[in-house]
Amino acid sequence: MSASVQNSHAAYRLEIDQGQLIVNANGRWNLDTIKSIDKALKADLKALGYGQVKTSGEDYGVDDDEFGGVIFDFENLTRIDTAGAFSLARTIGCHDGLCRMWRVRNANAGQKSLLTAAAEAQADMTRTLPKPWYDTFTRLGEGFLNSIAETYKTIAFFGQFVVIILKMLLQPQRIRWKSVVSHIERVGLDALPIVVLLSFFIGCVIAFMGADLLQAFGAKVFVVDLVGVAVLREFAVLITAILMAGRSNSAFTAEIGSMKMRQEIDAMTVIGLNSGETLVAPRAFACLVSAPILTFFAMVAGLLGGLVVAWSQGISPILFTARITEVVSINNLWVGMVKAPVFGLVIAIIGCRQGLAVGGSVESLGTRTTTSVVQAIFTIILLDAMFAMLFLEMGV
Amino acid sequence: MAKVDYDKLDLSTPVQAIGIRSQFGSNVIHDNLDLELRAGEILGVVGGSGSGKSVLLNTLLGLKLPEAGMVKIFGRNRQNLSRHDLRAFETRVGVLFQGGALFSSLNVRENIMVPLRKHTDLPVPLMRELAEMKLNMVGLPSNAATLFPADLSGGMQKRAGLARALALDPQMLFLDEPTAGLDPIGADEFDDLILELRDALDLTVFMVTHDLDTLFKTCDRVAVLVDKHIAITDSLDKVIKYDHPWVAEYFGGPRSRAAGLKNIPQSGKTTEEGKANGR
Repeated sequence: MSASVQNSHAAYRLEIDQGQLIVNANGRWNLDTIKSIDKALKADLKALGYGQVKTSGEDYGVDDDEFGGVIFDFENLTRIDTAGAFSLARTIGCHDGLCRMWRVRNANAGQKSLLTAAAEAQADMTRTLPKPWYDTFTRLGEGFLNSIAETYKTIAFFGQFVVIILKMLLQPQRIRWKSVVSHIERVGLDALPIVVLLSFFIGCVIAFMGADLLQAFGAKVFVVDLVGVAVLREFAVLITAILMAGRSNSAFTAEIGSMKMRQEIDAMTVIGLNSGETLVAPRAFACLVSAPILTFFAMVAGLLGGLVVAWSQGISPILFTARITEVVSINNLWVGMVKAPVFGLVIAIIGCRQGLAVGGSVESLGTRTTTSVVQAIFTIILLDAMFAMLFLEMGV
Repeated sequence: MAKVDYDKLDLSTPVQAIGIRSQFGSNVIHDNLDLELRAGEILGVVGGSGSGKSVLLNTLLGLKLPEAGMVKIFGRNRQNLSRHDLRAFETRVGVLFQGGALFSSLNVRENIMVPLRKHTDLPVPLMRELAEMKLNMVGLPSNAATLFPADLSGGMQKRAGLARALALDPQMLFLDEPTAGLDPIGADEFDDLILELRDALDLTVFMVTHDLDTLFKTCDRVAVLVDKHIAITDSLDKVIKYDHPWVAEYFGGPRSRAAGLKNIPQSGKTTEEGKANGR
């Protein structure tokens, strides 16, 4: 058999001699140089018609058509690293764990063991299957099923929580007052400035838009009715709830989630502490108490904002307060206030439930926190719509 | 990839610490600490908990600046190195942190590809193959490539971390407690792995460890970090005879004897003396 030679790259010289592939490697075979070498080597092997070992039948690697083993000659090699060895080991044409026989000349022990490792790696290399075409649909289906399971789990968690609350009400000494008070401070007191500020601005905006619009009908004074009803019924409680969802609910998820990741929850369970009692209940109580208080302050601030803007539009504060007491019934306030504890509870429950669902990875903490806030805000708006229909039917 | 002229680097002492002083506030961790890492060796650093072994590691890696003294890299002061040289150094160093420190949002193969992506311009398929080869070298099955760190056991995380540390074929490997948290069989395999890799890749290894078995099996030299400085750096049988109460207690304890110290003559006697001195 005639010896054919192939070397389109200076770093090697491929020779075929009596069915044996002789690879003379020279120069540097490392990460700096391997890009071009690997490309040229692949092309050359193909040009020689030198493929992978066939796995059909009884073939044991050695005779792939005309090719037998591989001999590596490292006489002129100056440097080789794993990347170089890996590329070099391509020449043994592994397929499904079967490789050609190979040996190496003029190599030191380190180079030999490096090449051995590379050859082993080539032999173990498995092809990663591309994603099937229906992957998108699979994921879509999974997502749908997940959302159903998620709803179910949240409701189940709520049920568990109700049981815990009932137990705690029967045995009030189990309530952790310290924890409750500290959470009220964080959820309620600390949120007060931002809630009041935002609500004030919302009041301003409603009054401003209303005054502008109603002026066209010569009914500017009705802006008082508008501000009164809008703030008391909807905006104060919604602003409060959404802010709580952004502030406290995400904090609950992150706190409880990182405790879960650090196995603190497991430790509590082993010691005999119920995570529902120690973690969830205080937060829920805190939200239950804080939400109405925050809502009340939000109402006051919203009305104040409306009053200030109305004043600038020529409605005196005296007229504003007089008209509010006269036309805006107190029921509007109760409608707003009655929703607050419900929203507070929803926020606490969703936050804690998502926190407890965090898995081992940092990523799941992030996902769960996002889910938690989105779920909370979604649920709040949904419940608000349901309340609106309910109160409409009741004629309140 | 930052091009490095390998032949021009002073490769005999890759890392050298001279007169290092580290402190946090008024709490002095290291005072006048000298340490030299020689090319091709496996250097183990031992010291009590809180003696500042990890701080030393961070100082050598440049993650923490020393309050005084300097770290020399390939014979040059680290602080005077240009950005380009520092980057070249980065590609020559692999670090295995204590917990593996794998990026949790990436799967194992992507983790190993991170240094390759940053420092090389290889085509992605080749990077993938190289990453899988590294996995193979550290003894992880190929199906671990697509797993996420959270799905791996502690030992597998360490191996994956080692594979990432080896991604760029570094000349130096820094290991922080490589066998902590592994079962004895796993730890033993890890020791073998490090020896194997040292021979195959011609590595210089700096290892912080508490594991006496690892110390006996793998380390060429042992440095003892005690009283805020490196008291002695020498081969193990000389370190054992070093006259210091902590050293005597450390190597004279029952764990140490179990790890194979009984084969070394005179150790028993030294231990007794050391203990007496200690009291």
